[in-house]
Amino acid sequence: MDEPRFLAVGDGALCVEFGDKIDPRINAEVGALFRALCGKPIRGVRECVPTFRSLTVLFDPAVLTARRLEQKIQKRLATAQNTRDAAKRVFVIPVCYAPVFGEDMPQVSAHTGLAPDEIIKRHCGTDYLIYMLGFLPGFAYLGGLDPALHTPRLQNPRTKIPAGAVGIGGEQTGIYPIASPGGWQLIGRTPVRPYDPARIPPILFAAGDYIRFRAIDEAEYTRLELLQSQGETIWEVRNGFLHDFAIGRLAQHGAG
Amino acid sequence: MGFFTILQSGGLLSTVQDKGRFGFMASGFSPAGAMDLPAMECANLLVGQSSDVPVLEMTMTGVHLQTDCDCVIALTGADFAAKINDAPVQVYRALRLRAGDVLRCGAAVRGVRGYLAAAGGFAIEPVMGSCSTSVKFSLGGFEGRKLKAGDRLALRCPQLPVSRLDDRVLPVPAHLDKTRPAQNEHEVRAVLGPQNDRFSQSGIDTFLGSWYFVTTSSDRMGIKLDGAKIESKSGYDIISDGIVPGSVQVPASGRPIVMMADCQTTGGYTKIATVLSSDLHLLAQAKAGDWVRFAAVTSDEAARIARRHSAKSRRLEYAYLRV
Repeated sequence: MDEPRFLAVGDGALCVEFGDKIDPRINAEVGALFRALCGKPIRGVRECVPTFRSLTVLFDPAVLTARRLEQKIQKRLATAQNTRDAAKRVFVIPVCYAPVFGEDMPQVSAHTGLAPDEIIKRHCGTDYLIYMLGFLPGFAYLGGLDPALHTPRLQNPRTKIPAGAVGIGGEQTGIYPIASPGGWQLIGRTPVRPYDPARIPPILFAAGDYIRFRAIDEAEYTRLELLQSQGETIWEVRNGFLHDFAIGRLAQHGAG
Repeated sequence: MGFFTILQSGGLLSTVQDKGRFGFMASGFSPAGAMDLPAMECANLLVGQSSDVPVLEMTMTGVHLQTDCDCVIALTGADFAAKINDAPVQVYRALRLRAGDVLRCGAAVRGVRGYLAAAGGFAIEPVMGSCSTSVKFSLGGFEGRKLKAGDRLALRCPQLPVSRLDDRVLPVPAHLDKTRPAQNEHEVRAVLGPQNDRFSQSGIDTFLGSWYFVTTSSDRMGIKLDGAKIESKSGYDIISDGIVPGSVQVPASGRPIVMMADCQTTGGYTKIATVLSSDLHLLAQAKAGDWVRFAAVTSDEAARIARRHSAKSRRLEYAYLRV
């Protein structure tokens, strides 16, 4: 792994850049430093923004300087390098792919040449790495979509997509955490709310976690939606270790 | 203890703001918070409370409101030519309101964003650690939205006896002082980077040597500038990474956008520089058509400036809260 670059971000932040491509190994470096800084905070650090290949660290300039922070992070990196034993957290998210929610399934089917059942099977067949959160509160940039499912975005984006909609946009797949405009092909919907300001924590998952989709029918969707409104947990979290999975396999799909 | 009722006008964009919602940028939340932090802090100090109490931020045009209790308020930032019961009042001064009084804020005669602090503060429950309104996410502040006619803002009890707040005044910053000629040129300091290496030397020279004008597409998310095109060496797109308030993005148009309080947390445009946090308030008050120029400072200089700036606001807070 190359040495990370420290880039100036004004008087109150520092960017630690681990590479210049979308790669799960580079992203794992970002995650390792992010967790190290969250687990044992440096005095004066306000928060960190992990992205595909860099960590932006915001600090209070009254307490810390970029120069001092760089030295402290260098020290942390020496101990944060080994990420192989880090816990792997997989959120299993129920998704209903029925036509009432998956409005664009016919287009995805036509584009990919796969039957809806095969699309669902493949969509549910991967642990998707959350490279980063951004764009909307709790919007997860996922890596690992089966290349056979890549489908271009809609030519005319919808003005309103409901919260929980699951779609495919080009090489990406994901969940709309709140109602928003959008151009992804909708293939289903989850009753899970990745973002709920009244819940602790308001955002379910973090960069470095994984998402796996599980197909449910409409009756189950209705039942889970009701349970969720009563404050029940309707997703499942599986814990494992990073070395349980083949990094190489992810890397093949990760370039999306 | 009482209520402010918004009368016929809620203003163009009036929202409750504090210093921002921190700790959630990793989940995609912009920090939000007051755009002109020094003005917001002054408003609170004038009414005798710590500088981070939530205030009302008004944009271009202000609110009309009626109070049903005696209270003390202060108006800072942009000057909205406010009147209490038809009598003009000054900005940067503690003002006494009596039950039934009507405050009318007009259109901004200097600056863009004005702040109204009430002694005791507004009774707003924090969401995710902050009372700031994020309109885009319908989060925080008053029902997650801008104020409109008929809204009733509850007040808390003042931290200091109101009789001790009379005649408190702070100096009006020169660029917001309507007794001086209008300033429509603003120089802001910035540190080059994080992606300044993506630009040619002539691109950097253009960026630092040109006056850019503020376009009408500017808002709480970003101040969009127009002017000389900044030449890139290797394209304007990067793999998305972190954005902070102050980040100067240069998209394919070659014209800079300075990201502000409601900025998205990640983005895929090159960032040529980052404006110092102590200078962002100048951009918050820059009107469409105003001119902006960037002056480069080194990281070390930026650190010194930031320390001086925060020491100054701590001294001010100490002086005004030690009654």
